Amino acid sequence: MKIRQLSLFLENKPGHLLEPCRLLARDGINIRTLSVADTAQYGILRLIVSDWERARDLLSSAGYVVNVTEVLAVEVADSPGGLVKILEVFENSSINIEYMYAFTFGRQDKAVLIFRFDRPDEAITQLQQAGLNVIESVEVYKSGGLS
Amino acid sequence: MRVACERAGTHFHPQSASDYIPRHHLRDLQLARLQAELRRTYNHVPFFRRRLDAMGLRPEDVRSLDDISKLPFTVKTDLRDNYPFGLFASPLEEIVRLHASSGTTGKPIVVAYTQQDIQVWTSVMVRTLAACGLGKGDIIQNAYGYGLFTGGLGAHYGAEGLGATVIPISGGNTERQIMVMKDFGVTAICSTPSYFVHLIERAEEIGVDVRELPLRVGVFGAEPWTESMRRHIEERSDIKAYDIYGLSEITGPGVASECQAQNGLHIFEDHFYPEIIDPKTGRVLPDGERGELVLTTLSKQAMPVIRYRTRDITALIPEPCECGRTIRRMQRISGRSDDMFIVRGVNVYPSQVEAALLAVEGTLPHYQIILTREKGLDAMEVQVEVTAEVFSDKIGALEELYRRLVCSLEQTLALRVDVRLVEPHSIQRSEGKARRVIDRRNSM
Repeated sequence: MKIRQLSLFLENKPGHLLEPCRLLARDGINIRTLSVADTAQYGILRLIVSDWERARDLLSSAGYVVNVTEVLAVEVADSPGGLVKILEVFENSSINIEYMYAFTFGRQDKAVLIFRFDRPDEAITQLQQAGLNVIESVEVYKSGGLS
Repeated sequence: MRVACERAGTHFHPQSASDYIPRHHLRDLQLARLQAELRRTYNHVPFFRRRLDAMGLRPEDVRSLDDISKLPFTVKTDLRDNYPFGLFASPLEEIVRLHASSGTTGKPIVVAYTQQDIQVWTSVMVRTLAACGLGKGDIIQNAYGYGLFTGGLGAHYGAEGLGATVIPISGGNTERQIMVMKDFGVTAICSTPSYFVHLIERAEEIGVDVRELPLRVGVFGAEPWTESMRRHIEERSDIKAYDIYGLSEITGPGVASECQAQNGLHIFEDHFYPEIIDPKTGRVLPDGERGELVLTTLSKQAMPVIRYRTRDITALIPEPCECGRTIRRMQRISGRSDDMFIVRGVNVYPSQVEAALLAVEGTLPHYQIILTREKGLDAMEVQVEVTAEVFSDKIGALEELYRRLVCSLEQTLALRVDVRLVEPHSIQRSEGKARRVIDRRNSM
């Protein structure tokens, strides 16, 4: 259920996003989706890739500080109110969404969202009880698996 | 003395006997050597003779060790002004080795050794390594640079003199250093402390845990470092990290070294006479007071140096050491009188910045200080590399780290400081000495 997300520390300067992406491309690792959280000084590049272990080794041996975090991919209808359905699950819960971002593409009329919860195991249970589809990790890493 | 040594858990090396000489004998020896050194310098170095003559002084005027304070200081520019051979007291045919300092401004400083000087230098390096608990059977990886810099050959001769196995790998090529350390079963390394930190980091990146290697001792010198950096190194690599001190002008490494008590550096006083002065007035300070270290060579033939102002800030520790050595200790160097910079009227040493950064949990000592001027006012930025220990995928956690760094720095320095978190390895690494301060205020 839980998906490994890689996070990289990058300075907020021209060209700094290119280098890690180029490293992954050269080694045939596909970026399934990404998000960048930024401040004026620096940013955190969060990546979901086709082979997170190889990507982690590649990036850390190139000198990057790489952090591996567990996130969840949740599928909803790609229509008004889709996201609301997920958020409502946690409306009266103490589980906190640390951050979220969307998958770059969904399948047919579905959208896929990535969530970082402070308590991912409890989040899975609650999402499943609400009848939402928490996507298996293999499916997410698989090249083209969601399209 | 033998008992004291064995209690400390080391093998006794015969060369170390001089570390335990009774103090009154030591003082007699120092005076006899000082008087001979002064006569030699006066007779063979015209620069020194002119200086004494101008002051109406003769070598015979030094009748006691305290009389040394009558003599003029030697400063770095004196050495530079007499480039290359002007201060030699031996003819070239007796000189067997030349070294030179890396001249960051203008000409380097050239230093010379006779055969006997090399023997003395070797003996003080043997005593250094023995004090760090090394002996026959140790495999010493010497990562100080070989060449004109005195670090490489100084440590090399010492390690060989000790009877250890020396690997003359020199500086740089970190991955090969790690491979050799692992494959050769290295038990001790000689390098700058900042280079060793770089080495452990690189080892971690390529999946080598230095803690699991036979390495047990680090002999670190050639740049000032701190107690917190020592703790950091010892925890990350499971070795004993020792501080050693030396400078080319006096001999190279081997002027002073910590013992296994790791509580101050024993000065090899039978060859180098230490004084502490007030850097502003030049007045000699009593033992225990902090000031600039001044050294006089007592047995140097090729290039004796009288009352050399090292610019290094320390204090002499008169109390006897638990190791039983009678030669006095000095505190670890806390800064350089010329490293100190002034920001908005506040005196700052890079070592204070380092201590403030390390006070924040998990922060590595890879940093650089950038001084600029904004609208006529000094601005100080400290760039700190983000490490795996402190990095988080959450912005909030990094912002918290940033706040703690700013807070720690401002509390330590009593000064407003900007902090910038930068990518790992973005600050230029030192294969030799770390460049901690970039001052751009004069170019603005």
